[in-house]
Amino acid sequence: MDFISILSIFVMACFVGYYVVWSVTPALHTPLMAVTNAISSVIIVGALIAAAAGSQADGGQTAKWLGLVGVVLASVNIFGGFAVTERMLAMYKKKERK
Amino acid sequence: MRNALVGASALLFSTPALAASGEAVNPWVAAAYLVAGVLFILALRGLSSPESSRAGNRFGMVGMLIAVVTTLWTHSIASLPEIAGAIAIGGVIGFVIARRIAMTDMPQLVAAFHSLVGLAAVLVGIAAYLNPGAFGILDATGEILTVSRVELGLGVAIGAITFSGSVIAFLKLNGNMSGAPIMLPLRHVINLGVLAAIIGLTAYFAIAPTVGTGAIFWTIVGLSFLIGFLLIIPIGGADMPVVVSMLNSYSGWAAAAMGFTLGNTAMIITGALVGSSGAILSYIMCKAMNRSFISVIAGGFGADSGPSEGAAKIDRPWKRGSAEDAAYMMKQAENVIIIPGYGMAVAQAQHALREMGDMLKEQGVGVKYAIHPVAGRMPGHMNVLLAEANVPYDEVFELEDINSEFAQADVAFIIGANDVVNPAAKTDKGSPIYGMPVFDVDKAKTIFFVKRSMGGVGYAGVDNEVFYMDQTMMLLSDAKKMCEEIVKAL
Repeated sequence: MDFISILSIFVMACFVGYYVVWSVTPALHTPLMAVTNAISSVIIVGALIAAAAGSQADGGQTAKWLGLVGVVLASVNIFGGFAVTERMLAMYKKKERK
Repeated sequence: MRNALVGASALLFSTPALAASGEAVNPWVAAAYLVAGVLFILALRGLSSPESSRAGNRFGMVGMLIAVVTTLWTHSIASLPEIAGAIAIGGVIGFVIARRIAMTDMPQLVAAFHSLVGLAAVLVGIAAYLNPGAFGILDATGEILTVSRVELGLGVAIGAITFSGSVIAFLKLNGNMSGAPIMLPLRHVINLGVLAAIIGLTAYFAIAPTVGTGAIFWTIVGLSFLIGFLLIIPIGGADMPVVVSMLNSYSGWAAAAMGFTLGNTAMIITGALVGSSGAILSYIMCKAMNRSFISVIAGGFGADSGPSEGAAKIDRPWKRGSAEDAAYMMKQAENVIIIPGYGMAVAQAQHALREMGDMLKEQGVGVKYAIHPVAGRMPGHMNVLLAEANVPYDEVFELEDINSEFAQADVAFIIGANDVVNPAAKTDKGSPIYGMPVFDVDKAKTIFFVKRSMGGVGYAGVDNEVFYMDQTMMLLSDAKKMCEEIVKAL
């Protein structure tokens, strides 16, 4: 993809983010932070590419290990972030009407 | 979706030339990442109400699964067992932490998680620099593309700032490091200098010939770790909600920068979402404290706690109440508004408080909880703490929704909060909290103020007029013990 189409996606996504986040109820701001944390770990994609590539280039071997460490860190975040969000959201209950 | 993925892989294997470039040229692959990005948008959209929130979280998980599987599928993997092992190790650690963490420790956990995203971004950036071929960012002559160098420089810089800043925020929130601001002499000059150096070096890194750029790249990384550290140490504990939100935003921008490098839609959409989310939360927090973002970043708040205030405080008359008084008055009341603050959470009083609320409701009293945006240590923290104590979320109200009701309230029950009910914010122009939105508790018929002693003051270090009002009764005790005594007296 050329730079300008990537930039267009980015700018549009910023606007989407702006409106979507304002619609989040303040009561759920902590789960919002936890889940944004989890999804920002999509950076794992970069770490996977580094880890998956063989060591054909000079820096390939180092890059691979850096990638693997990156995969571990991002996985902590992905699993931890989604699980803790799930745990918090399960606590929000409505009033029981008798 | 499954079909699309299978189709994607089939197409890809038939065109091996594309796989080598590492770019998502294949339309199916690009579509898969786009779907992941859209699922992430839906994950945040779900949080607009507690009912839809859990479905939203599931969308997020599916999105992540698609992104990971697509990446693994489309790259010729030289080391699948190692990758699986890395995911398993990280997954188990993350899962165990998520299950064990106490809800009061949520701000530290989020800060710690942000630091991991930051560090991962730095590692990915370094890996891309060392092995650019695998990331498809080489031009015809075998040099890293100029635009990619800018993205790499920015990506590692933001990632490193996120990492070291979050580590400091974690240490401050977790109490390993004093919450008091650490003020270096000439810190603004130093910080601006380092920032300028990072920007300048990134520009030079982009235009310089590849030979010899190694030193520049590593200097950018080093300086960025340093500036993250320098930026957060002068910021006091009271401003940590803003800092945590701000670092949330940075972790998003770091992911976005890496997304640009890889031309990956899922990463770019996510980065933009997370970046805006953190920025909006920082804005909300600043507004709730009536502080400008710049003054928070400049730091130093809470270093000197109102020296002029102390003298006049001691000799003013105030009334002391007992648990029996509170129980009696609240039983008679038609409606009670409870205002919990962070002190309530520190005393672990949320369960006893909920029990008190339940007893009152059984006696036909209307009970509502009023929450200030800065009631906890991070945005929405108090709502989570109350939810954990089984307070139904439809009894919990935000500042602007409930503030008009104090005029009709029989009792305002303040527990562990102070600055957020201080009328000085409305009247006293000289007060450090002037202009901060506060609850109009002074309009309630009776006020009960649970506080450990008359000596302590809130974060801002200001005396509170509410202590000395005619309708106020001070309940001097530990928050948890007081709630338990009131429950007994009911």
